[in-house]
Amino acid sequence: MRRSRVVRARGITKSFGDVVALDGVDLEVEAGQVHGLVGPNGAGKTTLLGLLLGLAVADRGRLEILGAPVGRTLAVPDGVAGFVDGPGLYPSLTARQNLTALARLRGHDSAAGVGEALEQVGLTDVADDRVRGFSLGMRQRLGLAAALLTRPRLLVIDEPANGLDPAGKRHVHRVITGLAADGAAVVMSSHRMDDLAALCPEVTVLATGRVVFSGPVGKLAAEVGDLDHRLLTADPPAAREVASRTPGLRVVRDPQAGPDDGALVVRGPVQALDDLVVRLVEAGVAVRGLAPVVPPLEAAFLALTGTEPRETEEDPR
Amino acid sequence: MTATTAETPPAADEARPAPLPRGYRFELVKLLSQWRIRLVLAACWIAPAVFVAAVSMQSSLPADTVFGRWMHASGWAGSLVVLGFSCTWALPLLTSLAAGDVFAAEDRLGTWRHLLVAVRSPRRIFVAKALASLTVILAMTAGLAVSGIAGGLAAAGGHPLAGLDGHMLSSGDAATTVLLAWGCVLAPTLAFAAVGLLGSVALGRSPMGLLMPALLALGLQLAQMLPLPVAVRTALPGEAFLAWRGLFTAPAQTRPLLIGIAVALVWAVVATALAYRLFLRRDFTDLAYDGSGRRVTVHGVLPLALLAVLTVALVSWTTPASGSGIDRGKLEDSLATSYGHLYRLQTRELHRPAVTEAQLRTTASCDKGGDRVADEGPGNDWRCVVTWHLPGVSSTGTAIYQLDVTADGRYVADGDGPKEVNGYFQVRTSSGDAPNPLWQFDGNVDLLAGPASAQKG
Repeated sequence: MRRSRVVRARGITKSFGDVVALDGVDLEVEAGQVHGLVGPNGAGKTTLLGLLLGLAVADRGRLEILGAPVGRTLAVPDGVAGFVDGPGLYPSLTARQNLTALARLRGHDSAAGVGEALEQVGLTDVADDRVRGFSLGMRQRLGLAAALLTRPRLLVIDEPANGLDPAGKRHVHRVITGLAADGAAVVMSSHRMDDLAALCPEVTVLATGRVVFSGPVGKLAAEVGDLDHRLLTADPPAAREVASRTPGLRVVRDPQAGPDDGALVVRGPVQALDDLVVRLVEAGVAVRGLAPVVPPLEAAFLALTGTEPRETEEDPR
Repeated sequence: MTATTAETPPAADEARPAPLPRGYRFELVKLLSQWRIRLVLAACWIAPAVFVAAVSMQSSLPADTVFGRWMHASGWAGSLVVLGFSCTWALPLLTSLAAGDVFAAEDRLGTWRHLLVAVRSPRRIFVAKALASLTVILAMTAGLAVSGIAGGLAAAGGHPLAGLDGHMLSSGDAATTVLLAWGCVLAPTLAFAAVGLLGSVALGRSPMGLLMPALLALGLQLAQMLPLPVAVRTALPGEAFLAWRGLFTAPAQTRPLLIGIAVALVWAVVATALAYRLFLRRDFTDLAYDGSGRRVTVHGVLPLALLAVLTVALVSWTTPASGSGIDRGKLEDSLATSYGHLYRLQTRELHRPAVTEAQLRTTASCDKGGDRVADEGPGNDWRCVVTWHLPGVSSTGTAIYQLDVTADGRYVADGDGPKEVNGYFQVRTSSGDAPNPLWQFDGNVDLLAGPASAQKG
C-alpha cells in the first residue's frame, strides 16, 4: 500500500551561536505513522520538533511538510499542530476556555469540537476548572486536546506521557494511535522507552545533533547485540558453574547486585541463553527467572547514544 | 526508516496567520481572566465614587488638592480631585499593571511557542496585545472618570464650578471641561502604556518590565519637584498630567497642554515602535529569556533619552518662556484676575450690590523673599498685596496674600488680612455660614506665556 509522505527532511542543520543543535539530520515520516524521536538531553530533539512546528527554520538542508517546502519561520502548512517544551496553557482560564480561545484563534469555532477534544483526552469532568489547579499530567492531556482541535494531519508532541498516571497514559496512547489510524502522522519525542515501544513502529535516535539510528523498533533492538540477562535460580553457585561452561556465554559483574541476592548476570546471544536454560534444567537447577537487565530498546538507546558505558567486566568469581 | 513506497502528497497550503480581531479577543480574554486586572477594573469603577461621596460629606475637605476645597460646592470638583490623584499615581500604576506585563506574562508561563504556533504572526501578536492592553487601560480610565463624576454629582450636585482663576463655569461648561480634561490625560497615559509595553518586551520574565511605567512616573515626579527650566518641564511626557489644569482658566492655558499632549503622543509612538522592533527581533526559542541589558539600553533607553533631548530642544526653540516660567508679572496678573472673580463670588454670597471686574480694576503687587531675592521662580515666600476699587467709593481696598508657588505653576494664595476680607474660613450670609472664597484659593500661572511685562507692553 502506498502512503503519502508527511515529513521529509534532508540534511537539516541548525545552530544556535556556536552550538550545533542539528547536524545533517534526515527524517521521513509517512501518513498514518507514529514516529518516535529519542535521544539524550541536548541531542536536538526539541530543536527538530520546533522546526516541524515552524518555530524556527533550518540553517541548511531541505524540509518539506505535507508536500510544501518550509523556508521561513511560522510558514508550515495548515494541518500541523502540537507542542514542544510542555503545552502552553493559561492557568487563569478553565480547560474549556483555553481550548475555546484557541479554537476561535484558528477559526475552528465550535463548542462541539472543544467538547469532543476534552472527551478524547478524558478531561470532560474538569472542563470548567481553572488550569491553575491541574496536575502536570492533566496539563499534558489538555495540551494534546488543544492540538487535536484543528484535526491535524501532522501532530508534533514533546514528551506526551510526561507526568501521566496509568489511566492518563492509556488515554493519550489511545488518542495517538487513533489519530494515526485516521491517517495522520505523529512525531513524538520521549525519554520513556516503554512509550516508544508501545506506540512507535519506527524511531529516530539522535545524539549530539546527529541521527545515529532511524528505522523500525525491532531493528533498533537488534542493533545492540548481546544483551545482559539477570538469572535467578534456586542454586546460584551451581548456576554459575553451569553458565561458565555454556559455550558463547559469559558471566559478567552485576554492579547493582547485592552480595547475597543469588542472581548472576550473563551475556550472550539468544541461542546461548537457550542452551543455558537447558543445561540448568539438566543439572537440576531450578530456574526462577531470566530477564534482560535493561530492556532491549533502552539498551540500544544507551549503546547508540553512548550515554551509559556498558559494564563489560568479567565476573571473577 | 520510511518505506520506499511512500509518495509525496500534493503540497498543502501554508497556514495563514490568525485574523487580528481573533487575536485581539484572545488577548483580551487572557487579560480579563487575571483576578488582579478584574479587581483593579472593579475598583476603578467603584472606588472613586465612594471616595468622592465620602469626602464630599466630610466637614474638612482636601484643600491641599487642586479643586479639593470646592468639593462641597460642586459635584464636578470631586472628579477633578480624582483626576489629580490619578495623574500622580493611579494612571501610571494602571499602565504598569495592564501593559507592563502583557508580554512578560507569556515569558513567565512559557507560552510563546504555543502562541506563535496558534497565531503564526509575531506582528499580529504584538498588535493584538497592544490593543488589548490599551482597551483595558481605557476601561480603567473611563471607570475613574465616570465613577468620580457620578460620586461627586450624587454627593454635591451639578452646581457651577469655580475655575483656577476664580471664574465660574456653568454646570454644562464644567461637564464639558471635566470630560475634556480626562480626555487630555489619555495622551500621557498612552505614553506610559507604551513604555510599559517596551519594558515588558525588553525585559522578558524580569519583573523590572512591570515597574517601568511606575519608575518613569517616579522619575517625572522628582523632576517636577526640581527647579527645572520650563522648556525641560514642558517637554517631559508627563506634562499633560499637570497641564490639564490650564483648561480651568479663562482664557484657557492651552499651550502647555497642547505641547504636553503632542510630546506624550510622540513618546507613545516612539516607545511602541521600539517595543515592536525589539519584539520582532527576539528569540522565542529561548525559554529563559530575561532580556539583554545591552539591548535594552541600546534599543530602549537611549532612543527615549534622545527623544527627551530633542523635545526639550524643540520646545525651547518654539516657545517664548525661559527660566522657571514664573515671574512677578505673571503672578500679579494671575492673582489679580482670580481675586476679581472670587470677590464677585463673595459679593453674591453676601448679597451685596453686584459689581463687575471692570469696575473692580483689581491689581496685585508681589514680592518674593524681600529685596535680596529675585522676584522669579517657585517658592512659598511670595507676598502679594491686592488692590481693588468699588463703584462710588473713593478709597481703594487692599488685601494681603502669602503665596506658595510650586514649580508646575500652581499656587495657593492664603489670605493674610484684613480679616473682614480674607481672615476667616467662612463668611456669614443671610442664609447661614458659607465658605469664604477669598480666605484661601488656588491659581495657575501659564508657564509658557511670554513675560507679563512684554505682553502688556
